[in-house]
Amino acid sequence: MNNTTPHAHWLVEKCDTILRDARKEVGRVVEQPARRAFLQCSLTLGGLSLLSGCALVDEESIDTALSGISRFNDKAQGWLFDPNRLAPTYPDSMITRPFPFNAYYGEDEIRQVDAESFRLEVTGLVADRKLWTLEELRVLPQTDQVTRHICVEGWSAVGKWGGVPFASFLRRVGADLSAKYVGFKCADDYYTSIDMATALHAQTLLALTYDSQPLPPRYGFPMKLRMPTKLGYKNPKHIQAIFVTNTYPGGYWEDQGYNWFGGS
Amino acid sequence: METVQKDVRTIHPRWLRVTHWLNAVAVVILAMSGWRIYNAAPFFDFVVPQDITLGGWLGGAIQWHFAAMWLLAGNGIIYLTCNVASGRLLKKFFPISPRALFADVCDALKGRLSHVDLAHYNTVQRAAYLFVVVDLLVLVASGLVLWKSVQFPIQRELLGGYEAARRVHFLAMAALTLFVGVHLVMVALVPRTLLAMIRGR
Repeated sequence: MNNTTPHAHWLVEKCDTILRDARKEVGRVVEQPARRAFLQCSLTLGGLSLLSGCALVDEESIDTALSGISRFNDKAQGWLFDPNRLAPTYPDSMITRPFPFNAYYGEDEIRQVDAESFRLEVTGLVADRKLWTLEELRVLPQTDQVTRHICVEGWSAVGKWGGVPFASFLRRVGADLSAKYVGFKCADDYYTSIDMATALHAQTLLALTYDSQPLPPRYGFPMKLRMPTKLGYKNPKHIQAIFVTNTYPGGYWEDQGYNWFGGS
Repeated sequence: METVQKDVRTIHPRWLRVTHWLNAVAVVILAMSGWRIYNAAPFFDFVVPQDITLGGWLGGAIQWHFAAMWLLAGNGIIYLTCNVASGRLLKKFFPISPRALFADVCDALKGRLSHVDLAHYNTVQRAAYLFVVVDLLVLVASGLVLWKSVQFPIQRELLGGYEAARRVHFLAMAALTLFVGVHLVMVALVPRTLLAMIRGR
């Protein structure tokens, strides 16, 4: 017990020295306003990590910084994306049964789309802007594949989708393949958009079937875009309109903070 | 005179102290945001209390996680490069033998492990710090598979696929958390080590 006080005293002295040194260091470094602002910013970020929920933190500037990094991550993923690299495929025996339902609404709110009156609208930077009936789409060359659907929440499930390779569809409608984005509007008021490189990927399907049956409403009748190279929320269901554009179209979840590229 | 003295007494070089603390910030952000991401689809029978998670909701947690990953990776590359290039890795961490580790663990449990010279790592320290470096490499490799499973096929297949990589990532996180806990207890027992990691001596 006797040596507690001297020890504490020694510690206080040491801390004083450290603080003095630190002040000297900071004083020397922080001269230009830009550097000072940067330091303040990094100090705030560091502070948040240690004291989450601390009132001193300027939440708006944190959000701005995080969104900026998310945009940087879009670019990094675009750069990492190899158009020739294929997602793994699986035998039918590995299909997850039942395949989970997932949407921004519950199963009791699944939209019912009428097959007879349905028309797919194709607009934007395409030569052939027209309305497609379901029959016209079904007679196009089809392919199917068994791939892993990965949700942003972390879970995954293996499913079998069939339909028109999206690259061949875009070529058929004379889309400007040098455009940046392909956007989608859906019957369930969902919307999203993808990069052209992924749109042209060999495994990107305009899916009309699930497990060799017409796509059921719960999986997005009459069609969904199926991309094994992107997370689930990038795969829109109940597609009503497709448009090619150079103007960033955003997306339902993306506008709330999910990463736009959303690739895997 | 002062510079000579400084050279003699420096226990941790500046690059080590800077990378250590940046790594600490990255690990805290990644762990807390990672727990929130885990909670979105837990694969064990428990969730992490929301109060100790970061990000507020899944989208926010992912933004934190995918921001701090750059800090962890960039800082880690600088640390490894300096560590190897300066010869510090070889000098401080090797030799390391199971026999010496066992002896030092026994001494540590009896409270007899010496910390007189902080510049010298005992075998328990060597093993623990090397372990945490390897564990962080596993976290990065499995993290790459979770982030971009299609683009990193070698890592994906080595780890046994996407779903296996999730478990590997989680268990490596748990091991890292355990390390941090023990590390903090040890620092509390020998507070001089904290000063050395802040001011270098």
